[in-house]
Amino acid sequence: MSSVKIELRKDQVDKIRQIAKTFKNDPGELINVLHKCQGEFGYLPAEVQEVVADELKMSVAKVYGVVTFYSFFSMIPTGRYPISICTGTACYVRGAEKVLAEFKKQLNIEVGTSSPDGKFSLSCLRCVGACGLAPVVLVGDKTFGRVSPDGVKDILKEFEEM
Amino acid sequence: MSKYKMHLLVCGGTGCRASASDAIVENLKKELNNQGLDESVQVIMTGCFGFCEKGPIVKVVPDNTFYTEVKPSDAKDLVEEHIIKGRKVERLLYKDPVKKVTVSDEEGMSFYKKQLRIALRNCGFINPENIEEYIARDGYMAIGQILSENTPEEVIEIIKASGLRGRGGAGFPTGLKWQLTRQTKSDQKYVVCNADEGDPGAFMDRSILEGDPHSVLEAMAICGYSIGADTGLIYIRAEYPLAISRLLTAIGQAREFGLLGKNILGSGFDFDIELKYGAGAFVCGEETALIHSMEGKRGEPSLKPPFPSVEGYLKKPTNVNNVETLANIPAIILKGHKWFSSIGTEKSKGTKVFALAGKINNVGLIEVPMGTTLREVIYEIGGGIKDGKKFKAVQTGGPSGGCLTEAHLDVPIDYENLLAAGSMMGSGGMIIMDEDNCMVSIAKYFLDFSVEESCGKCSPCRIGNKRLYELLDRITQGKAEFDDLARLKNLSEVIKDTSLCGLGQSSPNPVLSTLQYFREEYEAHIIDHKCPAGECKALMVYSILEEHCVGCTACARACPVGAISGERKLVHSIDQSICIKCGACFDKCKFDAVLVQ
Repeated sequence: MSSVKIELRKDQVDKIRQIAKTFKNDPGELINVLHKCQGEFGYLPAEVQEVVADELKMSVAKVYGVVTFYSFFSMIPTGRYPISICTGTACYVRGAEKVLAEFKKQLNIEVGTSSPDGKFSLSCLRCVGACGLAPVVLVGDKTFGRVSPDGVKDILKEFEEM
Repeated sequence: MSKYKMHLLVCGGTGCRASASDAIVENLKKELNNQGLDESVQVIMTGCFGFCEKGPIVKVVPDNTFYTEVKPSDAKDLVEEHIIKGRKVERLLYKDPVKKVTVSDEEGMSFYKKQLRIALRNCGFINPENIEEYIARDGYMAIGQILSENTPEEVIEIIKASGLRGRGGAGFPTGLKWQLTRQTKSDQKYVVCNADEGDPGAFMDRSILEGDPHSVLEAMAICGYSIGADTGLIYIRAEYPLAISRLLTAIGQAREFGLLGKNILGSGFDFDIELKYGAGAFVCGEETALIHSMEGKRGEPSLKPPFPSVEGYLKKPTNVNNVETLANIPAIILKGHKWFSSIGTEKSKGTKVFALAGKINNVGLIEVPMGTTLREVIYEIGGGIKDGKKFKAVQTGGPSGGCLTEAHLDVPIDYENLLAAGSMMGSGGMIIMDEDNCMVSIAKYFLDFSVEESCGKCSPCRIGNKRLYELLDRITQGKAEFDDLARLKNLSEVIKDTSLCGLGQSSPNPVLSTLQYFREEYEAHIIDHKCPAGECKALMVYSILEEHCVGCTACARACPVGAISGERKLVHSIDQSICIKCGACFDKCKFDAVLVQ
């Protein structure tokens, strides 16, 4: 997995230390620590993982192993409006793939990447449990149901003007 | 609750909230306030009613009027017409699509008629954020009863006699699991609730946690008393923010009421519950993987034995039960094991919750007695196939299950029957497919899922599933050879026999079941290079109908690869060797001159 090279400011390092401390620097709480860090930074760059490893007294490899194992954790920054297309079975049989293809075409980006202006990023997720509204698309916290390929343009327009 | 004359129950499940049910609550409150009725009519946001297809749902109690597809703007009519004038708002009532009549209460709706709600007994009835409403429906009576009347051994006997089996998939007898954990001697034991619902298309656990969190907490405490544990842990997906917040609220209230914590109800029994968060890995539904994940590690499964009942979380005896299993426990204690075991089939007792989805009219969450047939579920409760299409298959058990056909429609649903038919109960996802769904593509879809979710620890699953996926991909591309069918079968069997955990042992099921019941569809892809359902893009052929083509050049301009040639006002043609089957020409043509085969 590629990652953007960044440099953490001192207050950011302190923030990670503080998070680790609330979990008593317990290696058993690694996943909770990572959840909090991702909430803080939006993603988990290698530099953040290094500080976490240091604080929990474990190897960076172990932390990296956990980050890459779970799909919820990302090492790539997400867009300001992260778009997630549900590809659970119910959405799949009702045409989620065609909706995904339309998003890729309109934004001209692949799954797991962001648009050059950092406005949108595209990802897939497995079942949000709103199967009655299939196919479902999430943009940030907002849910769009019964999305058709033709409706993709309107969804993007809603956010482009913001 | 008694000071109110009327209650408006608004569905607050994830599906209905996505359709603005919180705005409905807000508007209803505002309208009631304007009319000076806020003292006599209460608006309550409940858990899921199950009828997601027709959401958002608003139910008026005590006259039990069931309104469907309500919009925030309907709040004014609901208050002015129904509450003040006592007239039902006709346009928001459910219309039976078969009998063409309006139905105003659940009892009259075919969606609810055949259902029996035990695990979902409180979903859609109570405000999940108010412990008093749970208590008003006999909540925490079961824990009170056993703490004062029963020994732990007696409780285990009740659960064993009820015949309750694990609802997470494999169907292991719950009482036996408790007994095994009780028998292991240790200074510390754990009760774990598996709320890592990863099966795409199944959302029953989330609905229970969102709609009735206290029933799960109470059951965990009962389990803790029975096995001798003082700590409960709920492992929940971070993707379920609403369920998490309702659980946290419920735990806080239970502590305040002395129903969790030290010396519960003065009995000397201590029990408390904490949440542990998952981070998106399907394999963590497997109990050993789940335990590793709770310990902050990669969620990789380990070989059993030792079973978690002997060596689990932090190497201590751990009892892992799924959400739906737990939700049944308080009802069994209160109504007795005889009542529970009188429901269902010989070996599968009680009810099962299914998430009905896909190409079906009534998408939603249903709970039926074991032994109900697929036909009853699909045609009576589900209201048949969407858009009048033909039923083709029903997929049960998610990525570990299989596809069943028309021939299985009259099979009574239970653990054994589904297994014998080549599928499995799983957590209860039930996806209906119609004639437009290609069964090879469905198998490929599930394999894609298994490849992505395989943890990589054992090679049959890590490498085998990838190869299975590639074989299926070749078939959908029309590049496979006939012997590939035998390869698919062989490899599937090897993966099933040699994988370490349940994920690999069941991941080839979608391939094997479709291969068994839809072999002619596989053959059509390989021999005729045709996808009978018309879903596989690579097997489509685009051509131009000479008699319709007017030579407008629209298609040629739309073609991204220059595969279409032809002079203006003359008939065009598509060069099949260049065509990438994107369908742009088909979309552009105004004269229906592009044919897709």
